Amino acid sequence: MIWVLDITMLLFLVVCAIAAITIKDLLSAIIILSAYSLIMAIVWVEMQSVDVGFTEAAVGAGITTVLFIATLARTEGRSED
Amino acid sequence: MSGVLDIVYAEYNYWIYVTLMMIGFYAMIAKKNLIKKIIGANIFQTAIFLFYISLGEVEGGTAPILVGGHGEHAAEVAHEVIYVNPLPHVLILTAIVVAVSTTAVALALVIRIYQEYGSIEEDVILAARRKLQPEFSEHARLKGGEDE
Repeated sequence: MIWVLDITMLLFLVVCAIAAITIKDLLSAIIILSAYSLIMAIVWVEMQSVDVGFTEAAVGAGITTVLFIATLARTEGRSED
Repeated sequence: MSGVLDIVYAEYNYWIYVTLMMIGFYAMIAKKNLIKKIIGANIFQTAIFLFYISLGEVEGGTAPILVGGHGEHAAEVAHEVIYVNPLPHVLILTAIVVAVSTTAVALALVIRIYQEYGSIEEDVILAARRKLQPEFSEHARLKGGEDE
């Protein structure tokens, strides 16, 4: 485990999480959530759990984003908070 | 004192996991937008996954794939390698799939709510609900009293 990479990625995770819940434009929030999932996948691969890492990259960053954007296409894209 | 600091440094994964979990929890409770609530739920779930993966980590361990599984000295090589614990990985692999299905169901419900009420803001939905059915819950009546 490379601890500098680990700590950097974990701090990026916190920044992404805070950004995803504070941004008012929902499409931006969803894309940031996708980036969050991808960083999480990097953290897991770097923590030697490769199987969980690539499942998260495919499912968390891929399918979840598609589902969110499909929902956004049928509802409205702005959030009040 | 240095013992406490050692724990803080050594277990930084757990601090990040607690922080992420609280960010997700805050979004689920305080945000009015339904999509924001689901984003919060997703962050909460991945924080729990991070906790489990951190539990399975072994100092100096390699990925749980058999090293030297074939050949003449397979058994000797296999004993010298340290692996991380694969059990949490298996649990989380299942949990990731469950997380996606719960997200899909929640988003389907959001679409249905939008068709019914024309909004995905919680307070607008509650106001519309109150107009349709003035006494639909005690809580809504109390909240309506202070609104109007």
